[in-house]
Amino acid sequence: MSDRANQKPETGAFFPRDRNWHAPALTPGYKTSVLRSPQKALLSLDGTISEITGPVFGHSMLGELDNDLIHNFAKPGESAIGERIIVHGRVLDERGRAVSGALLEFWQANAGGRYRHKKESYLAALDPNFGGCGRTITDEEGFYSFRTIKPGPYPWPNGVNDWRPAHIHFSVFGHGFAQRLITQMYFEGDPMIWKCPIVNTIADRRAIEQLIAPLDWANTIPMDARAYKFDIILRGRRSTLFENRIEGN
Amino acid sequence: MVQALDYLKETASQTAGPYVHIGLTPNFCGIGGVYDTDLGTTMVSENTLGDRVTVSGRVLDGTGTPLRDALVEIWQADAAGLYNSPSELRGAADPAFSGWGRCPTGGEDGAFLFETIKPGRVPFKDGRPMAPHITFWIVARGINVGLHTRMYFPDEAEANAADPLLLRVEHRHRIATLVATGSAPNYIFDIHLQGEKETVFLDI
Repeated sequence: MSDRANQKPETGAFFPRDRNWHAPALTPGYKTSVLRSPQKALLSLDGTISEITGPVFGHSMLGELDNDLIHNFAKPGESAIGERIIVHGRVLDERGRAVSGALLEFWQANAGGRYRHKKESYLAALDPNFGGCGRTITDEEGFYSFRTIKPGPYPWPNGVNDWRPAHIHFSVFGHGFAQRLITQMYFEGDPMIWKCPIVNTIADRRAIEQLIAPLDWANTIPMDARAYKFDIILRGRRSTLFENRIEGN
Repeated sequence: MVQALDYLKETASQTAGPYVHIGLTPNFCGIGGVYDTDLGTTMVSENTLGDRVTVSGRVLDGTGTPLRDALVEIWQADAAGLYNSPSELRGAADPAFSGWGRCPTGGEDGAFLFETIKPGRVPFKDGRPMAPHITFWIVARGINVGLHTRMYFPDEAEANAADPLLLRVEHRHRIATLVATGSAPNYIFDIHLQGEKETVFLDI
């Protein structure tokens, strides 16, 4: 699992996505999926260069507060209200190799469960010092971290009385466009996780557990912020074994 | 017993939800002052090589209603058929072209729009040239796993007819769902999530 900073870029195709591990497209308990799910089978395509390549983003694009949601929208000298936490972890691929240079973008509601979005009408108040977005890029060993406040649960119009568990949305770029992933992180011990129709779009309990970040007491900063650890696994890359086709096509 | 095949499992996808724009295009949704600009807004500059084109369209649900809360990303080769990626080993891509764009669907009509260039041809795994194409990725509320598809160009009939991916589409009438309409330099690519006109989506 050591990093390989000087290694030449990998060009193997990605491991096939396990579509039984991921949620299916049609999950009627999550009502919006009913009219937004393809009904025809996906067309399978072993990765071509169009999918095994992807954009990369340099650390130079990051602003100083991009990974600090407590302060990146706050007025000078002020900060967001809520439970101060650090979220950190590693981005690895399915072979356990560090994914360096991965762009992570995250967004969330404030401590009361209110998103800063014009379509949001939940009566909980906005926090004038909290925007709700942040981003960072993993280091050479795949590590990332950001600071934020713990989001609150919020109600949503699905069932009559459905509430989302506290969660942070993550968007991840690996090294190839085929690795593109959006997911949600949940918090250890939240009883609402198992009631949520969006969580329950995933059939395999182990796949759900992989989305739940444990409280990380070791990295908690005394008198400052608690820590949660959330590792993210992207699709692995095949070693390019016998893929050169030197004897022709 | 045998050795343990100790691969990890990919983190499961979850929907991007209705507020994806807070995280990925905050300026678009009114959260100013955090980032200078939204990522993926500008793909070309005056130095970019190639023919300028626009690609616009909508993402429509099973009733034909356009999604106003989707997010569309595209990824494509430069005019010479090279990707601006570390995994591109065939040569150096045009440094003035990122190859990647991101656009929210918004407004009354739910349209997205990319100002880009027409990509060159790139090879399939066996070396056959693929027809010029743009890779699409679509996420939104109600979509549990981001959807991959491709857009081909209507004025490349000969190349499209020999394209290794399009040749794999068993129901030939569905090829049309992967080919834009309009004409150079303005192409239109509507994405139908479900129903009679359902776009061919890819497991890549």
